[in-house]
Amino acid sequence: MSEARPMSTMARVNVGLAARYRKERRFKFFGLAAIVASLMFLALLLASITAKGYTAFRQTEILLDIHLDPAVLDVNNLATANYAALVRDSVQTLFPRVENRQDKRIVAKLASTGAAYQVQDMVMNKPELIGSVKSVWVLADDEVDMFIKGHIPRNVPESERRISDQQAAWIDQLTAAGRLQLAFNTTFFQAGDSREPELAGIRGAAMGSFFTLVVTLVLSFPIGVAAAVYLEEFAPKNRWTDLIEVNINNLAAIPSIVFGLLGLAVFLNFMNLPRSASLVGGLVLTLMTLPTIIIASRASLKSVPPSIREAALGVGASQVQTIVHHVLPLAMPGMMTGAIIGMARALGETAPLLMIGMVAFIVDVPHGFSDPATVLPVQIYLWADSPERAFVERTSAAIMVLLLLLLAMNAAAVFLRNKFERRW
Amino acid sequence: MAAVLDTVVDMRDVVMEKNEADAVAAKARKVDRDERRTVGLPFVEEPRMICREVNVYYGDKHAIRNVSIDVGKNEVLAMIGPSGCGKSTFLRCLNRMNDTVAGCRVTGEIFLDDLNIYDRKVDVVPLRAQVGMVFQKPNPFPKSIFDNVAYGPKIHGLVNSKSELQDIVESSLKKAGLWNEVSDRLDQPGTGLSGGQQQRLCIARAIAVRPEVILMDEPCSALDPIATATVEDLITELKEQYTIVIVTHNMQQAARVSQRTAYFHLGDLVEVGSTDRIFTNPRHQLTEDYITGRFG
Repeated sequence: MSEARPMSTMARVNVGLAARYRKERRFKFFGLAAIVASLMFLALLLASITAKGYTAFRQTEILLDIHLDPAVLDVNNLATANYAALVRDSVQTLFPRVENRQDKRIVAKLASTGAAYQVQDMVMNKPELIGSVKSVWVLADDEVDMFIKGHIPRNVPESERRISDQQAAWIDQLTAAGRLQLAFNTTFFQAGDSREPELAGIRGAAMGSFFTLVVTLVLSFPIGVAAAVYLEEFAPKNRWTDLIEVNINNLAAIPSIVFGLLGLAVFLNFMNLPRSASLVGGLVLTLMTLPTIIIASRASLKSVPPSIREAALGVGASQVQTIVHHVLPLAMPGMMTGAIIGMARALGETAPLLMIGMVAFIVDVPHGFSDPATVLPVQIYLWADSPERAFVERTSAAIMVLLLLLLAMNAAAVFLRNKFERRW
Repeated sequence: MAAVLDTVVDMRDVVMEKNEADAVAAKARKVDRDERRTVGLPFVEEPRMICREVNVYYGDKHAIRNVSIDVGKNEVLAMIGPSGCGKSTFLRCLNRMNDTVAGCRVTGEIFLDDLNIYDRKVDVVPLRAQVGMVFQKPNPFPKSIFDNVAYGPKIHGLVNSKSELQDIVESSLKKAGLWNEVSDRLDQPGTGLSGGQQQRLCIARAIAVRPEVILMDEPCSALDPIATATVEDLITELKEQYTIVIVTHNMQQAARVSQRTAYFHLGDLVEVGSTDRIFTNPRHQLTEDYITGRFG
């Protein structure tokens, strides 16, 4: 029987072989297709954001010859002088043929309202300039900026665009005279929010995000690790710890806005902490991040081989010594990875912060944990909601900055994991 | 001393063999309860550890049944038996490593000298400093060779100065026969050594705290024959200073290194006797079947 078999066994195997390989190829193909599809969507997202946003990093400026008139600038009262009038006059002198009062007003609007502050800063830093005529590049109005960047098209009827033919002619005239330039947009990185797009920046939101994340990290990492160590190493395995585990897993899946409402009720209404403060934002995000960190930390504690624990216990280390000297150092990379991923999620979180007032329009850059602040994703939301055309590119630019930060954090997580991961 | 003791034990064995010659044959047909009685000589004159009626339960499972045995001073006691017979479980009772296993319950008495180690008041930390352990798989800490050996003395506060610590590390590594191989790279990670070197490092780590008893749980099962031979030589040397209990799957190993051998079968301690007698003249049918390779 068995002598007759070998041929037929081989034959049988061969019959099925082609189908087996086909199945394998199909499986590989589906996997590859899934990867390619997700990469394509990612590329599409990045391309569209970059295409829309890269122009925001440059800003149109106008060269003005400002006569620092001693009649307007009282040396003893520089803070309240009418700098706007100086800017207005110097813009109007560029167009001597414009006589009509209404046209003159439109001409004056070619420069940003922020130009007055620029002049003020200049004069207050150097009062000896008063009386001279100074050539300064000042910010242009956002609509000039949009026109220069081509976001306001010329080839549509005048009534359908924000820049009239007359204004377009003036802008062309300035360009021809070399009085318009596109310069690096420092305002975008140095200013807080503003109603005027050319004056709006992400500094306020970035600082708000920073303070919020510091609070979140400082609170959630130690608490999360302590909870994980207790549950994993000390807690008896019984119905109560099972219940706690189920609840932690549940918390990780709760919609973040619910945490926002909880924060509103507890931190603002009950504990009377300051509204819109990054401190409260950090507390709320701590609630949200804790389950993630606990779950990641427990997983990485579980992955420490029991042989290391046995080795330490066998030498006579106490349970705490075993954990502190051996288990924690080995579990740390995994815990840090979990924490960074939790932080990255917290950085991108919007909904719970809306509930505690971090959605307010805040112009000042926050300097502490209790200052009113907003965060990057909320800033993106606010700008995306603004009607001005110039906010579109700033929204995309802010998204680019946020994505870069997220990328940096995730890269740090991978780096830490590779650097500290030990093999045994 | 041990040799004298062995002779005494052997002589007694002979006497008992004569007396019980008929009884042995009858025993094979006896009921379950009697079959579980340990044959041979589980007790010695000068014990270091005394175990009486030790039972171990994992939840509902009765893993060790009524084991009574002595571990003599400066002897190597080998525990053999098929997989799952409870020899490792019993070994881990001797320094209370089973405490860490959830649902594990131990009854009976185990004495280290005069100390009942399962007494409520006994602290496992000093106990494990006196009863060291070497595990089946070499498990050095992912730290330097020096730190591996220095860890025990450090946590127990056995040293007052750095030079004292260095002395302990050096002497422990020398005793473990590893010093010549690693003296120039003590700051290298212990995990970078070969398997046999790692296991000797673990032995050095265990003897650095100067234990009285060293428990070895199949210390050579993950090693190649050459590394195994080195570790076996080491065990023979260590016997001069320490009492060693070794669990092994390898009967030749038990024959080579031990003075007494205990045969476990499904949670029962079936037979104990001097190694020579167990391997040449086993008294219990199960022991004979096992050492002649009929099962296991």
